[in-house]
Amino acid sequence: MTKENINNKCTLNQAMEMGLTKEEFELICQKIGKIPNLTEAGICSAMFSEHCSYKSSKKWLKTLPTTGGHVIQGPGENAGIIDIGDDQAIVFKIESHNHPSFIDPYQGAATGVGGILRDVFTMGARPIALMNVLRFGEINHSLTNHLLRGVVKGIGGYGNCIGIPTVGGETNFNKSYNSNILVNAMATGLVNKNKIFYSAASGVGNPVIYVGAKTGRDGIHGATMASAEFSDDTESQKPTVQVGDPFTGKLLLEACLELMKTDLILSIQDMGAAGLTSSSVEMASKGNVGIEIDLDEIPLREKNMSSYEIMLSESQERMLMILKKGAEDDAKKIFKKWDLDFAVIGKIINEKKIILKKENKKVCNLPLDFLVNDSPELSREYVIKTSRKILNNKNIIIKESIKSIIYKIIENENFASKKWIYEQYDSSVMGDTISVGNKSDASIVKIHNSEKGEFKGKAVAISTDCNSKYILNNPIEGGKITVAEAARNLVVSGAKPLAITNNLNFGNPEKKEIMGQIVGSIKGIKEACEQLNTPVVSGNVSLYNETNGKSILPTPVIGMVGIVDDIEKIIYMNAKNNETLFIVGQDENKYDGFLQSSLYQEIFCDDFSGQVPPIDLKKEKHFHDFVMKLNDNKIINSAHDISDGGLLPCMIEMLLFNKLGIDINLPPRIQIPNKENLLFLHGWLFGEDQSRIIISTNKPDKLVEFSKSENIKVYCIGKTNNTGIVEIPKYDSICINKCSDLYNNSISNLFS
Amino acid sequence: MRVAIVVFPGSNCDRDVFEAIKSISKKLPKFIWHKETNIENFDLIIIPGGFTFGDYLRCGALASNSPVIKSIRDHASRGGAILGICNGFQILTETKLLPGTLIRNNALKFLCHDLNVIVQDTLPSPFTWGFKPTTKLNIPIAHNEGNYYINDNELKKLKFNGQIAFKYEENLNPNGSVGNIAGVLSENGRILGMMPHPERSVLNHHNSLDGKLFFQNLMEQLLS
Repeated sequence: MTKENINNKCTLNQAMEMGLTKEEFELICQKIGKIPNLTEAGICSAMFSEHCSYKSSKKWLKTLPTTGGHVIQGPGENAGIIDIGDDQAIVFKIESHNHPSFIDPYQGAATGVGGILRDVFTMGARPIALMNVLRFGEINHSLTNHLLRGVVKGIGGYGNCIGIPTVGGETNFNKSYNSNILVNAMATGLVNKNKIFYSAASGVGNPVIYVGAKTGRDGIHGATMASAEFSDDTESQKPTVQVGDPFTGKLLLEACLELMKTDLILSIQDMGAAGLTSSSVEMASKGNVGIEIDLDEIPLREKNMSSYEIMLSESQERMLMILKKGAEDDAKKIFKKWDLDFAVIGKIINEKKIILKKENKKVCNLPLDFLVNDSPELSREYVIKTSRKILNNKNIIIKESIKSIIYKIIENENFASKKWIYEQYDSSVMGDTISVGNKSDASIVKIHNSEKGEFKGKAVAISTDCNSKYILNNPIEGGKITVAEAARNLVVSGAKPLAITNNLNFGNPEKKEIMGQIVGSIKGIKEACEQLNTPVVSGNVSLYNETNGKSILPTPVIGMVGIVDDIEKIIYMNAKNNETLFIVGQDENKYDGFLQSSLYQEIFCDDFSGQVPPIDLKKEKHFHDFVMKLNDNKIINSAHDISDGGLLPCMIEMLLFNKLGIDINLPPRIQIPNKENLLFLHGWLFGEDQSRIIISTNKPDKLVEFSKSENIKVYCIGKTNNTGIVEIPKYDSICINKCSDLYNNSISNLFS
Repeated sequence: MRVAIVVFPGSNCDRDVFEAIKSISKKLPKFIWHKETNIENFDLIIIPGGFTFGDYLRCGALASNSPVIKSIRDHASRGGAILGICNGFQILTETKLLPGTLIRNNALKFLCHDLNVIVQDTLPSPFTWGFKPTTKLNIPIAHNEGNYYINDNELKKLKFNGQIAFKYEENLNPNGSVGNIAGVLSENGRILGMMPHPERSVLNHHNSLDGKLFFQNLMEQLLS
């Protein structure tokens, strides 16, 4: 490919090697009125790839709610933006780097972090928090150790060096990810509302500027690679993985933010997937203009790169900008100071085309509208499959003591502390971190310098969630629950949910049932976002997460952002001695629970088929409002969502830090141990019914009074004590020290 | 108090140190770019943490050849106070303004968490005097190369001179440092290098306020 002859027409075979279908190639030839050369075909193929065009999901993504009073920018830009008052806004987005991370875990994960950070600071925001959602195969699978270590080192390698705190996320293990791990990185930034930068190019004749690192041969056609299934020769794709340099990333961040303080930039975009191709095409087409680039001006790392390679390279740490005419010298000074390349590579033209020149010859001439607007939108066939199985708790519960069950849940890799992972991330750099790890259900970062006099300041709260078991068994209801849980995590941390970003990770959309998972979960997400008033402002889709025809569990990840209007209102998870624990969301008439699709079923039955716990979104919203009201009235001392594992494991999480004990007040109906009651008790302790949290309080009377007036059920579990023993009267007693040891060390022991 | 904060390409705790000093001192600290060569008239120079020059070659090695280093040396030779935090500590050992070296954590991974450091009985120094030896300060660490190494003879000398400023708690040494060392003083006590980040335990929303005690004491000692 190094020798190029612009007259070389692309053959159908070559086009198909680039990932285009026969129909797409024919459409291209017809629309542009010629047979494209290799560079042109490469550009078309990248723009038509699933990764850039969202062709399988576009039709459904359009149905999501994307507007609302506080939305400044919805999907379609580098990242979404929401208003948080005081002339400030929060910029955030989540993005996957799944395929590259499997091939090269360190670089794949590192560049995933670098890419999402650029998406945020390209809009003028200083990134303030990183989160990541990871999925690996079975914990003892031969590849898991190597992949997990590499990914964690890669995330830390980039985030720690660039100096943005990694404050949370989630990691889960399941065999469906054995050959397709998921690495989703989310970045959140803070921007002044009147200093937001967008990507639409403008002004015919204005200079097009390339800044950042030089272009090399890494990551060529990465977007296409990320849009195909894996097979056994995936290892041979290593050269298409990009290589990150967080140091250059840091310089680029500071240089861009410094330049953004001036008014010299008209528009700016990160060179992410499909590199110079997608950035130049998207900037020009959004601005309804054309773009002309002289490829001889591109700073190159290697000699003899063809125009095809230059346009499709995914070298990291690069940005494309349109400057005001005449601003080049002032801008260049800033980039010189930071030792970064700065090159004027072209200009904005009137005709809506992308024209590339190399050695004074036109090597590409394509109509822009066609590349962006005519990229295919598929109506793939789908069938939304829900589990038909209805299991009775009798079929699920096992004959083991409560003690033995709880210890096994607590040490399970899908429940135990991920301290071994998150302690490898710098979580406190920038000095604004308030909550990481298990301090509260959401990760919380203070808005820098937001304090004034007596007022202690505001904070951003972030939560990431996805319960794949629910989505598999019922995509629509599972989609709703995923959003509801993310919102609940914010509410029990003292925040008000504002908006979401989503990362839809699925298998091959050409299969009807996989497409059904996509359509179904989008429907569920849509409904929940509407009811909870949390519009979708950005997102990413990662399909073809399959190997040899076997798909991952459906994993539509939700990243939700909320605001804490006064950091004094933050709710933490750790209960203190002599507080009263309540379940908010159920009363004494509930003496069993929903075990289908639960963590209990997953661990002990090695299965998670069946129905998903019902959710009523109207009730959920009312429930959130109620919890916020309790918080405003200072009734909550600590709180925790009841999710994976159910009541008992989640309650123990609240007791661990201060090594507390409690005598559990069982519902009257199940206080006498017998066979039938034992069945109910397992459900009560481990069921995963929705719309419930646990709180600790010193004002039980007030809580009961409020709950009556708001028609919310509450149930008093008991008072915390310092015995370190959780007593389930007449059934069993559990040692908190042992729980603490299992919880904190089970994963570390496996990896150290 | 005139405080300078030196900024290299890749420094990333410069703003945090600025905020910490700002919260306790009336006079705002001044950022000094690594290419500046004239930094006189400061009471304290702080080299903040980060990944200067990407930690390429060795942590701190490239920064120790920056133009600003000459004036830092001049400041040191005038008996000026210098504080190197984390990567700043590494830069100070690379410039030989402090003895020893910092190698990779013995677990071969980056570590970030809160821990206690114990103030030692030292030679007269503005960094430690004012604290009762054995005082515990709860301050977070965040580093990949914090494993302090020095040979036995030099270690004896450090102990004899009272140059060990801070130690990790016995059995809770996070990185394998020789003698649990977390911070080291120069022979005249005017230069301190430490791995933990005191600037991350200064503000009310931080997990501890012990870093504030550290900086307040330092200011008082320098002014007295």
